[in-house]
Amino acid sequence: MTHPELTLTERRPFQTRRRDTWWVQPLAVFTGLGIFILYATFRVFEGAHFLHGPYLSPFYSPLLFGPKEVAHSLEHSWFGAMPDWMPALITPAVLILWAPLGFRFTCYYYRGAYYKAFWADPPSCSVSEPRNNYRGEHSFPLIIQNIHRYFLYVALIIVCILAYDVWKALWFDDGNGGTTFGIGLGTLILAGNVVFLGGYTFGCHSLRHLVGGTVGLLSKAPVRRQAYNCVSCLNRRHMLWAWMSLCWVGFSDLYVRIVATTGFEDWITF
Amino acid sequence: MAKATFRIWRGDANAAQFVDYETEVAEGMVVLDAIHRIQADQANDMAVRWNCKAGKCGSCSAEVNGNPKLMCMARLNDLPLDEPVTVEPMRAFPLIKDLVTDVSWNFKVKEKMKPFAPRPPDAEDGTWRMEQEDIDHIQEFRKCIECFLCQDVCHVLREHDLHEEFIGPRFFVYAASLEMHPIDTENRLEELKDSDGIGYCNITKCCTKVCPEHITITDNAIIPLKERVVDEFYDPIKKLFRVFS
Ligand code: SF4
Ligand code: SF4
Ligand code: FES
Ligand code: FES
Repeated sequence: MTHPELTLTERRPFQTRRRDTWWVQPLAVFTGLGIFILYATFRVFEGAHFLHGPYLSPFYSPLLFGPKEVAHSLEHSWFGAMPDWMPALITPAVLILWAPLGFRFTCYYYRGAYYKAFWADPPSCSVSEPRNNYRGEHSFPLIIQNIHRYFLYVALIIVCILAYDVWKALWFDDGNGGTTFGIGLGTLILAGNVVFLGGYTFGCHSLRHLVGGTVGLLSKAPVRRQAYNCVSCLNRRHMLWAWMSLCWVGFSDLYVRIVATTGFEDWITF
Repeated sequence: MAKATFRIWRGDANAAQFVDYETEVAEGMVVLDAIHRIQADQANDMAVRWNCKAGKCGSCSAEVNGNPKLMCMARLNDLPLDEPVTVEPMRAFPLIKDLVTDVSWNFKVKEKMKPFAPRPPDAEDGTWRMEQEDIDHIQEFRKCIECFLCQDVCHVLREHDLHEEFIGPRFFVYAASLEMHPIDTENRLEELKDSDGIGYCNITKCCTKVCPEHITITDNAIIPLKERVVDEFYDPIKKLFRVFS
């Protein structure tokens, strides 16, 4: 029995002879990133409920300017109150979130994942594409992805700031105008965020290159060899760190929003 | 003995189609065994390239149920045999006949690449001294058996036919093994950016997934090369440093 089918070089969009469920992974990435983008957009423009006691949502940290209408925001802000001339659309999150989002957008792992899930470029391995021309990252606009290392530099600073936020999340109002040491569920959640974000950021391909990628003889540079080995170790699971940190940062923000809207006090003092 | 149907691509560049063959299969067989049985019993003129039957020569590359694989390593008990198993030649290269493609483009690409250029020997007997750990990270690149499955699955070649502008994952692995070699002195970054087209790779990792030698092509070869290209051509601060140093 013969089966005249498409010749080898003829292609239809999404054509493949794969029999497995090749569409599951791109669909999962599409759904996961889609939910995050929608939630983050809502939270960024909401401009409220990002602060409760010593907890500051990671979407709003560092808080450059505190909106006057958000209670205690001035205590957390770096440069005082939000200037009056600032349009309402520019929330404190808008001022800073470009950095972590740009870091993720240009991350080598996410690039590969969303080119498949959002651009179908290709939809999956050995599955045909819905378009004929292709420039990849060889020319404009995607050649701009090469900016990733600059986002990394900013992301490294942000991890430090978030770690400082965890420190601040250990000091609760004692009711007499002072503070008292305590640990709340929020403290632990914010600390988890730093761990996951750290695992993601310190496993970055650009960092791996920066610390040891161009050293010809690592045997003669023991400190860089150690750093290179550490980054490589995290880098091997970069995809896992990317997803864990993405979910956790969203969850941390959601947690702060929940306690800020309900006034729920989750801490224990010592 | 159980029977299974193999839907095999038969023909040449002018005319080809799938033809179904039913054959007996037994425990422990691989796709290449079934192809050989069909060749012996039903289709003596079927062209198939193979050599070692041990996953080490890289000759028997084909697409089994749409997945690029070595036929001699594709075990039948990993495949659903209640429906026909499709076996077709690699798509990224011109078809010669049946399951055999013309992969000579790959050898031409390799010829054009700058070869290994070691520094002068360290010892009088013409040998070099290296630390094991400086050579460790390129060791995996040397496992390549040139099966070209990674070239086949790469959408830049497979879908977009950019063979003139893009050397493909196999040769990024080769370039990485030279560029990262502790005694190599050559600089290949300009070629990687321009004629080798490393920018076309959009790091979708299909090459890594199909490599029968489990070489971490994208993470350990392509991305580090991309970073070196960024250092040289796209990083303004690095450029500034070079001007003043
Ligand atoms: S990662 Fe790059 S080289 Fe590998 S298959 Fe994808 S586009 Fe091709
Ligand atoms: S890198 Fe892997 S898939 Fe590519 S030719 Fe070598 S062995 Fe085959
Ligand atoms: S490569 Fe993923 S964060 Fe840099
Ligand atoms: S026959 Fe040698 S790799 Fe399959």
